[in-house]
Amino acid sequence: MTHRLDRTLRVAGLTRVEGEGAMRVQVSDGRVTDVQLAIYEPPRFFEALLRGRGYLEAPDITARVCGICPVAYQVAACRAVEDACGVTVPEDIGVLRRLLCCGEWISSHALHIYLLHAPDFLGYDGVVEMAYHHRSVVERGLALKKAGNAILDLLGGRPIHPVNVRVGGFYRPPTRADLTPLAETLRRARDDALSTVRWVAGFDFPEFAHDHELLALVEPGRYTMDGGTPHTDRGLTFPVRAFERHIIEDQVPHSTALHAHLAGRGRYLTGPTARYALGHRWLSPLAREAAVAAGLRYDCRNPFRSIVVRAVETLHAVDEALGLIAGYRPPRTPAVPVPPPGRAAVGYGAIEAPRGVLFHRYALSPDGTITAARIVPPTAQNQPSIEDDLRRFVAARLDLDDVQLTRECERAIRNYDPCISCATHFLDLTVERVGRRRRA
Amino acid sequence: MAATATLAVWKFASCDGCQLSLLDCEDELLSIAGAVRIGYFLEASSTVVPGPYDVSLVEGSITTPSDVQRLWRMREQSRLLVAVGACATAGGIQALRNLADIAEFRALVYAKPEYLSTLDKSEPVSAHVPVDLELRGCPIDRRQLVDTLSALLAGRRPDLPTHSVCFECKARGTPCPLVTDGVPCLGPVTQAGCGAICPVYGRGCYGCFGPAAAANVAALVPRLAELGMSEVDIQRVFRTFNTAAPALAEAIR
Repeated sequence: MTHRLDRTLRVAGLTRVEGEGAMRVQVSDGRVTDVQLAIYEPPRFFEALLRGRGYLEAPDITARVCGICPVAYQVAACRAVEDACGVTVPEDIGVLRRLLCCGEWISSHALHIYLLHAPDFLGYDGVVEMAYHHRSVVERGLALKKAGNAILDLLGGRPIHPVNVRVGGFYRPPTRADLTPLAETLRRARDDALSTVRWVAGFDFPEFAHDHELLALVEPGRYTMDGGTPHTDRGLTFPVRAFERHIIEDQVPHSTALHAHLAGRGRYLTGPTARYALGHRWLSPLAREAAVAAGLRYDCRNPFRSIVVRAVETLHAVDEALGLIAGYRPPRTPAVPVPPPGRAAVGYGAIEAPRGVLFHRYALSPDGTITAARIVPPTAQNQPSIEDDLRRFVAARLDLDDVQLTRECERAIRNYDPCISCATHFLDLTVERVGRRRRA
Repeated sequence: MAATATLAVWKFASCDGCQLSLLDCEDELLSIAGAVRIGYFLEASSTVVPGPYDVSLVEGSITTPSDVQRLWRMREQSRLLVAVGACATAGGIQALRNLADIAEFRALVYAKPEYLSTLDKSEPVSAHVPVDLELRGCPIDRRQLVDTLSALLAGRRPDLPTHSVCFECKARGTPCPLVTDGVPCLGPVTQAGCGAICPVYGRGCYGCFGPAAAANVAALVPRLAELGMSEVDIQRVFRTFNTAAPALAEAIR
């Protein structure tokens, strides 16, 4: 219990998030006056180093933005480059891309659910400590994660920075026989995913609700991973090519990082809970049933319960992968030809990465040299909403002591599975600011 | 090394993929965690045990003045320092800035570039501190990582290949892309360790493990040109993930 009116909560190195960041919450006169989710990873200048590179290099280069969701980067880059060149890949190649995305969703969500997030609910510092008392549960999580990686291994050659994806399609698509053992693995994974939904549904969730506008790609009839059109839960919709007119990144006075907002509307949220709100009716029957049994309704506005949504999405991705494998016919051609545009051209691509909408734009010269690039990753978009949650979450819990409150803040950040490695390309002043703070 | 050897995992400029490789060892993760004490691994645990550490895995390249200071503090606390991945061993993709005007790069990406603290170059760990061992690759190979940790825990030096990817293709029985299919391939000059994945998928090696010890890059270049690669394509393929590797920097100027 504490009654101090002025306090500063700091976490110099956030743990169990992807990449490195810091948090600072300032309380003055008993009011929360400042909240910062600081990103101090050094910038890597992807948009700059893409200039002058060949258009066919975009998938392999941008995969290196993020080791957690390289497939999302590869597929988004392919779509944007193909758009610039006026090529649409046939459905049989689209199917394989979706299967690859399923692998990444399963693997990335299992990583977050079991290794990064669940320890918060059960009171452990990490998965290793959790495994002392819950060995079989942790083993189930690792098996589920491995099943996702098995898809990436088979289709991509390796789970991190797969080698088999190219603009226009694949280097070597699998045969039907190649996929048979994978289906066996995924049938076991379906049971594990179902058990996961039931397991996380039983956790204790703090009372909390946000009112962020929710943004996701929507493709009627399908719980989309690799296509669709941006929609929000408040009725806004726009084509992918208009993304930068509607999503504005700018600076706000109290913060030193660029913040994204919807033009004329304000902060918003992308990711699993946004996808669920806008697309739950298109989940596989098994996933939809499990969601209802887990107590999810039409949307989920308690970010602590996002772990349940992630578990439902994992089950859906396993189901979807099994369906894609069952109906699989190798594509007529491994990759369709994508010649350089022959004129100056701009292409756009957006997909649902595990953490939300990922947008790519490339400008190409007639011979296919990249002249400009823009990447908007999910965590950059969610940062203002995460900070808003923190502000309101802390304000309601000022009676906790610093240690407890700081731990709760870290939990609140982890709800969003922030991928700071992805977000760093947009980092602005934080390096200087963190440096100053460290010397202080 | 004692049964309670401590392990630390550190990150500099990188995509997180190489430390994720450790978490991707689903079958071995709990045994590894049982054999070592994880002293510092922010991505996996909130527990931080103060150094010194027996083994430090270092991911990422060195790109800011504060990175350099942090790296030195980390080196002082580490008995064995293992640089993991192309960023830590050769500057990574972000070392492309070494060939460009960094001021222009900053201005292209950031609205207020004057506030960024960035070195002119993205450099491997070994440019700043002594390194005991390097694991190549973008990303590193999981099996190599597990083998290396097992060897270090057993007190022996891991057996890391210095020959080219060609040996791995032969071992797997993969037909040579260069000879059989006329597909440009960097296998002859690239260090083994990945398991020669790309040729299995009908793709030439693109060199993500960096140059092999005795790589004769200059001899491969005319062959790549014969197979239809333009001068600019050849320059690009050598200047991607291991740009700051000395053997490449000299051959492709």
